[in-house]
Amino acid sequence: MIDMTTSAIAVQGLRKTYGDKIVLDGIDLDVAAGTVFSLLGPNGAGKTTTVNVLTTLIKADGGTVQVAGHDIAAEAKAVRTVIGVTGQFAAVDDLLTGQENLQLMADLHHLPSGQGKQVVTSLLERFDLTESARKTAATYSGGMRRKLDLAMTLVTRPQIIFLDEPTTGLDPRSRRTMWDIIRDLVADGVTVFLTTQYLEEADQLASQIAVLDQGHLVAEGTPDQLKRQVPGSHVQLRFSDVTALDTAARVLNGSTADDANLTLRVPSDGGVRSLRALLNRLDEHSIDAEEFSVHTPDLDDVFLALTGHPSTEEAIS
Amino acid sequence: MSTTTAPSTDSRIKSHERGGDRTMSTISAPLTDARIMLRRNLKHILRNPVTIFNGVLMPVVLMLLLVYVFGGAFNVGEHYVQYATPGLMLLAITYGLSGTAVSVSSDMTKGIINRFKVMNVSRGAVLTGHVAANLVSSAVAIAVIIGMAFALGFRSPASGLEWLAAIGIALAAAFAAAWLTVALGIFAKTPESAGLTVVPLILLPFVSSAVAPAAKMGEGVRQFAQFQPFTPIIESLRGLLDGHPSGGYAAAALAWCAGIALVGYLWSRATFIKRA
Repeated sequence: MIDMTTSAIAVQGLRKTYGDKIVLDGIDLDVAAGTVFSLLGPNGAGKTTTVNVLTTLIKADGGTVQVAGHDIAAEAKAVRTVIGVTGQFAAVDDLLTGQENLQLMADLHHLPSGQGKQVVTSLLERFDLTESARKTAATYSGGMRRKLDLAMTLVTRPQIIFLDEPTTGLDPRSRRTMWDIIRDLVADGVTVFLTTQYLEEADQLASQIAVLDQGHLVAEGTPDQLKRQVPGSHVQLRFSDVTALDTAARVLNGSTADDANLTLRVPSDGGVRSLRALLNRLDEHSIDAEEFSVHTPDLDDVFLALTGHPSTEEAIS
Repeated sequence: MSTTTAPSTDSRIKSHERGGDRTMSTISAPLTDARIMLRRNLKHILRNPVTIFNGVLMPVVLMLLLVYVFGGAFNVGEHYVQYATPGLMLLAITYGLSGTAVSVSSDMTKGIINRFKVMNVSRGAVLTGHVAANLVSSAVAIAVIIGMAFALGFRSPASGLEWLAAIGIALAAAFAAAWLTVALGIFAKTPESAGLTVVPLILLPFVSSAVAPAAKMGEGVRQFAQFQPFTPIIESLRGLLDGHPSGGYAAAALAWCAGIALVGYLWSRATFIKRA
């Protein structure tokens, strides 16, 4: 019996290179069983490579990885019996219907036919796909494809589920649905390894977050610990000329002006009360702003704060 | 539903039991998996009009063109449908290959192969499933061509045993072509280019004795036509269906089929391990 009371996934010194390019440079991770662990990072940080190594799809060049107590190199087959993976690109069979896709998974897992049918029906219901069950997956929307993909992963009730950017490209409503599904999984005792580019997503779902940047872990902790390292939310104002900008900079305490863009950054908690106070202050001094926007910290802020460079690929190269 | 809402401890135990089942049935698992894959691939074929058109209708269209439009111009010394039927059986096989190449390549490039890998699906099952599905569609295409041939005036003095031998050789050729096609499908970078990789296989029968006697071809082409694999296969079919079988052609045909199948199989396996 696997000891699931400690770590579901334990990674030490994981390294992976493609030719000269070092994709993962000594990663250590520890994922507690029954929790959501989020690997946060921009495109090209090495998130998918990490998932591919942990799920036995590609071999590591160094380090040790234990998944559910099994060594991924020596016991790949045992690892595969306890994990489920939903990759970045929905791996559904377009020419099969939703129901047939799920039935295919049940068949390949050699579930007895009665049990297989039951699992398929209940998953279709749970993921709200019953109405479209007889349509081919090619006709599904992006959100439905992701749901079907995840449902296929759940056919065998894996203990550990890897979700590689499960909401990238989804509309806000589908994203919320996916978040609810992930919360339900964890409530059932499943361990979730989630990669994402969105700080908000990691914040919403994960109890532990590791930030990956160009193959290195640059920070790790609970969402709160991480956000404390990040500058808070702020208000940005844009003015039509330098005079207005200078006046505003004088009357608003703690603000920083950007003369080139004619913008002013004012620290703020983003609440209604403080925003009203700020607007009143501008009014008192008859300052007119062209543009007004409230910013909450996003991945770019995290990256700026933790690595000193923005997260976008263009900025890296 | 108890299976999905059961408490976690319960499900863990269940997944362990299933793990145990899998190891106990390792001998039958690859066969079962291959059968599941065959069923999946046959559904793909039935739902893709292009595949059905290429694999079954195209050979029939070609047959009508050859018999009614071009065939009269070829002097083959007998009614043209009588001459061309064995060759058309081969064309029925080769025209179905592009569908298989595209579908193998789609599996390899569109993420579903990773799903199968992580599921412990026996690796060979993915490939044998494609070969088996291609074989089924080839068998259907060959049956349609034979039916059409009789409708267009083809007559055969062959005995039941000779028919059986002819169908056996045709299926051996289909099997060999299928393995080579699976290898090409894995080798191709995209499904689009996979469809093109089999074009030489589709053209090859035209430079054999399939639609016109090799003896009447130009210098160089004639030698190629005489020694390429499709010629002994077609000639052995022709002999069997005309009621005067040739052991030499049959042996050469089967040797070519075995060789091509083996090369296709080994190439498939090597590329599959590298790619997947």
